[in-house]
Amino acid sequence: MTEQSGVDVTEECLRGWLLRGLVGDAPAYHDFLKAASVHLRAYFRRRLSRLPDDVEDLVQETLLAMHNQRQTYDVGLPLTAWMYGIARYKLVDLLRRRAVRELLTDPLDDDDARFLSSADSEAAEARRDLGKLLDRLPERHRLPIVHTKIEGRSVAETARLTGQSESAVKVGVHRGLKALAAMIRAEQRDEP
Amino acid sequence: MKTDDLIALLATGTAPVERHPVGRRYALAIGLGLAASGVLMLGTIGLLPDLAGAVRRPSFWVKVGFVATVAWGALVAAMRLSRPGPSLTWLPAALGAPVLVIWVLAAAALAGAAPGARAGLVLGTSWWACPWLIALLSLPVLVGVLWAMRGLAPTRLALAGTAAGLLAGALGALVYCLHCPEQAAPFVGSWYLLGMLIPSLVGALSGPVLLRW
Repeated sequence: MTEQSGVDVTEECLRGWLLRGLVGDAPAYHDFLKAASVHLRAYFRRRLSRLPDDVEDLVQETLLAMHNQRQTYDVGLPLTAWMYGIARYKLVDLLRRRAVRELLTDPLDDDDARFLSSADSEAAEARRDLGKLLDRLPERHRLPIVHTKIEGRSVAETARLTGQSESAVKVGVHRGLKALAAMIRAEQRDEP
Repeated sequence: MKTDDLIALLATGTAPVERHPVGRRYALAIGLGLAASGVLMLGTIGLLPDLAGAVRRPSFWVKVGFVATVAWGALVAAMRLSRPGPSLTWLPAALGAPVLVIWVLAAAALAGAAPGARAGLVLGTSWWACPWLIALLSLPVLVGVLWAMRGLAPTRLALAGTAAGLLAGALGALVYCLHCPEQAAPFVGSWYLLGMLIPSLVGALSGPVLLRW
């Protein structure tokens, strides 16, 4: 199998999972995120060989960004370009903050094919603890996330438990995850 | 938190997403922005007194056509730049073509005019006000489009801001057409263009700050 056709298969596979995830198929969406994390890790590790400690933080930040912005994927376009666009954006953002562009060993080329041609499934622990950040969210955002996404309860059940309306629970999850991403950004701004 | 735990968290209880988020946000932003811009125009500078006469002249429609074509190109660019990984290879041609056409028409008009009349074709009677009024009328749309982009995921922020500014500038110019007494191509090809470039510059400078996510 040539490298190119391997890339096509990966693209089709990832895209299929995401498309099902976008209409609410949680297991397919889980498969998508899992496979995406493997490619993201390889992508970041290759470009951050001087900053290996940042790789897993950036993988998690990108996964959260992809989740929060998943509605912006245009189903008519290649998934790779969308995913790579987000990964590159988060990477450039990090490098700009650290101002270590000159330490890069690999240029930021637009080589989408190489993005999918390698994988790195060795999931490490991130330095940043998203669990601790989650604890800092206000109750109206934290409880819907804890009940629906960590304990796996339904929206209706969560609404009963928290006394919120069902739509407030859905909004709470959505805004809470966005607030989590905003807290990561604020944390990064405070870094020297 | 381990990455696998984060993935489990994100995937658990995932809800179907909103469809056509880009189109919806842009429709809202442009609809409200244009309405506000129209009210601003009517409340300050007012309609062209001889609008009924102006719309019977082809030169009016050349002007409207130029502005509308730029607006269309800027709209497609802005919508694409609102998503990660945009493809933009067609963009220079789509935006260059209307400018080239108006400049050719302007050159023809200037070549056909008596030497003493050429300055009048370029400057008209309102060249000093035109770019600033277009920039002013573009403001409501600029605010709207930047809001629309902030809720999406632009990854090339300066370019996205520029496209937002150009779209706002072109739509502001479209509203300004209902007030403006000038119809000559040399005027439109210089001062209208300048008026559209002012909000583009504002967008280019503010994009990297306002559109971060």
